[in-house]
Amino acid sequence: MSIMEDLRREEEKLLRTERLPHVWCPGCGIGIVLNAFLRSVLRRNMDPNKLVVVSGIGCTGRAAGYVNVDSFHTTHGRAIPFAVGIKFARPDLNVVVFSGDGDLFAIGGNHFINAARRNHDLLIIAVNNFTYGMTGGQHGPTTPTGAYTTTTPYGNPDRPFNIPHLAISLGAPYVARWTTYHVNQLQNSIHKALGMKGFRVIEIISQCPTVYGRRNYMRSPLSMMEYFQKNSIVKNDATFEEMELTYNGKIVVGEFRSVEDIPTYEERYEDIIRRAQNEGGD
Amino acid sequence: MTEKHLKEGYYFWSGDVAAAEGAIAAGCRFYAGYPITPSSEIAEQMALRLPQVGGRFIEMEDEIGSIAAIIGASWTGERAMTATAGPGISLMNENIGLAVMTEVPIVVVNAMRGAPSTGLPTLIGQGDLMQARYGSHGSYEIISLYPNSIQETFDLMFDAFNLAEKYRVPVIYLLDGLLAHMYERVYVPPREEWEKRIVRRKRARKGQLPYEPDEDLVPPMPLIGEGFRIHATGLTHDERGYPNLTPQAQEKLIRRLNEKILRHEREIWKVEEFMTEDADVIVVSFGGESRAVKAAVKKARKEGIKAGMLRLITIWPFPWEYIRKYSADFIVAELNYGQIYHKVREYAETKVHKLNKMGGEIHTPDEVLKRIREVSGK
Repeated sequence: MSIMEDLRREEEKLLRTERLPHVWCPGCGIGIVLNAFLRSVLRRNMDPNKLVVVSGIGCTGRAAGYVNVDSFHTTHGRAIPFAVGIKFARPDLNVVVFSGDGDLFAIGGNHFINAARRNHDLLIIAVNNFTYGMTGGQHGPTTPTGAYTTTTPYGNPDRPFNIPHLAISLGAPYVARWTTYHVNQLQNSIHKALGMKGFRVIEIISQCPTVYGRRNYMRSPLSMMEYFQKNSIVKNDATFEEMELTYNGKIVVGEFRSVEDIPTYEERYEDIIRRAQNEGGD
Repeated sequence: MTEKHLKEGYYFWSGDVAAAEGAIAAGCRFYAGYPITPSSEIAEQMALRLPQVGGRFIEMEDEIGSIAAIIGASWTGERAMTATAGPGISLMNENIGLAVMTEVPIVVVNAMRGAPSTGLPTLIGQGDLMQARYGSHGSYEIISLYPNSIQETFDLMFDAFNLAEKYRVPVIYLLDGLLAHMYERVYVPPREEWEKRIVRRKRARKGQLPYEPDEDLVPPMPLIGEGFRIHATGLTHDERGYPNLTPQAQEKLIRRLNEKILRHEREIWKVEEFMTEDADVIVVSFGGESRAVKAAVKKARKEGIKAGMLRLITIWPFPWEYIRKYSADFIVAELNYGQIYHKVREYAETKVHKLNKMGGEIHTPDEVLKRIREVSGK
């Protein structure tokens, strides 16, 4: 038995294999991200019974449906506050939010901002495919300016979020960006983040050849991967401007922030309980 | 550290404080909310009191986040609650539907104010009765309770949590601008006594599917972190919780979600029948408004009019049998343009009359009395 075969068997224990095949299109990048996540969980030797995955709505939102741990497919944009409720009620659980760019940053943007500010102990795996895939390829909060989508037939006049910079500005203790081309870096990054605490954000630029690539000169999955390969630059100390994503331009990737020991909301609340029960009489 | 619990005795509380204390006594240990008049004092009391009993309070960024958080918390086994008013309920409704579809027990307080929109933030309204029932999209049944005194606001919280847990359904706990801010004396019994009132949810057995119902149509609930490997989705799903996007799965699931409530409606119904036995005219009323109605009924009786009051404590599922059983004429007194009036008409075999005010204040007893006189022909 080969090492890869053993790994596959172990990984399959973390998948609801009876639900396969999955809904994702051939060539989609979400499976690569899910694979990296599961391998990181295995490497960490995490107890699957203490791991919770929460997703919102959309293509990436379906990830919760395939992982064989306590997993929740919630409403559009609300994965983070749902996860906050779980984590705050049961701080001993490892809670991971696995969702897409539209879900986390457009309809769910306010929750992202405030949960990051409070520093909830959550790992956010944010798959950014530049578009709303599930609904057929409309432009979203991460679509680069100028890109063609079904709702930007003359090019996108909108400008995209700079997700790592947003997360850093909110004090998130761990912030990284990779593409689906960087499978090993991504896996190492998730592995590291799983061992840290606080609001950890990993953005993964992922290919959607079916509804995004084909309208933007990258018709095949391979051509999108080649774009990621040729245009990615690793720069851990990237500036705001460098982190910005442009239409078919350079993609600056790396581990932009990694800080230990910022108290989480859950930790700070333990102190609140102590104060409430020790102060004054009754 | 020692937990600080309520002691037996008399307290002078507002409805908001009584709702918070009632919830804590009923076992609530998780609250997520966003301030809104006239419910904000519930959040304030929860912030003060929950950590004293080992519970957790969080002020979220909005009402949508608040309800999402309590649904998540409920999956860990906590009795979880949020409180808001009309504008907040409007924002919460999508996730009330998620809790219905995924069968998660939660209690949502709505202190009704004058509406639509921002309306009359500090004043009473009763315009959200249909919203409590039909607020989220889809065809579903829900439970809604509505007290009329501060004592009852405390006591009825036990029913709210017990019913939510028993039937795995959201309970909309209606208050109004009058009850929320009115102060009255409340008797709190000894802790041993109130703890006996608490009914816990059925817990799933090992190996049982998460949506495999018992004979009562309610599936025992698995909890996060106990090895059940739960999957829950707002999509139409099968007994495993897995999406099953077929008309057959939809038919089976949605029928059960409705029937698990309707089959038990008689256990859920709570009403107050005041001098209704021999009444020729019965005023149907609820919440703060019913205080004036009762006074009017007493006055009418002194004038020799056989009047009575039927006070609905359970609003949903609608206690229709209590309408059907009387051959009296009905007056439906409510602070809206006419909502429960239509439900009463649906079941009454007699005449049904309206008595409406658009909100801001309750009817005076004399206004109710005048209508009783008109209807009774005296």
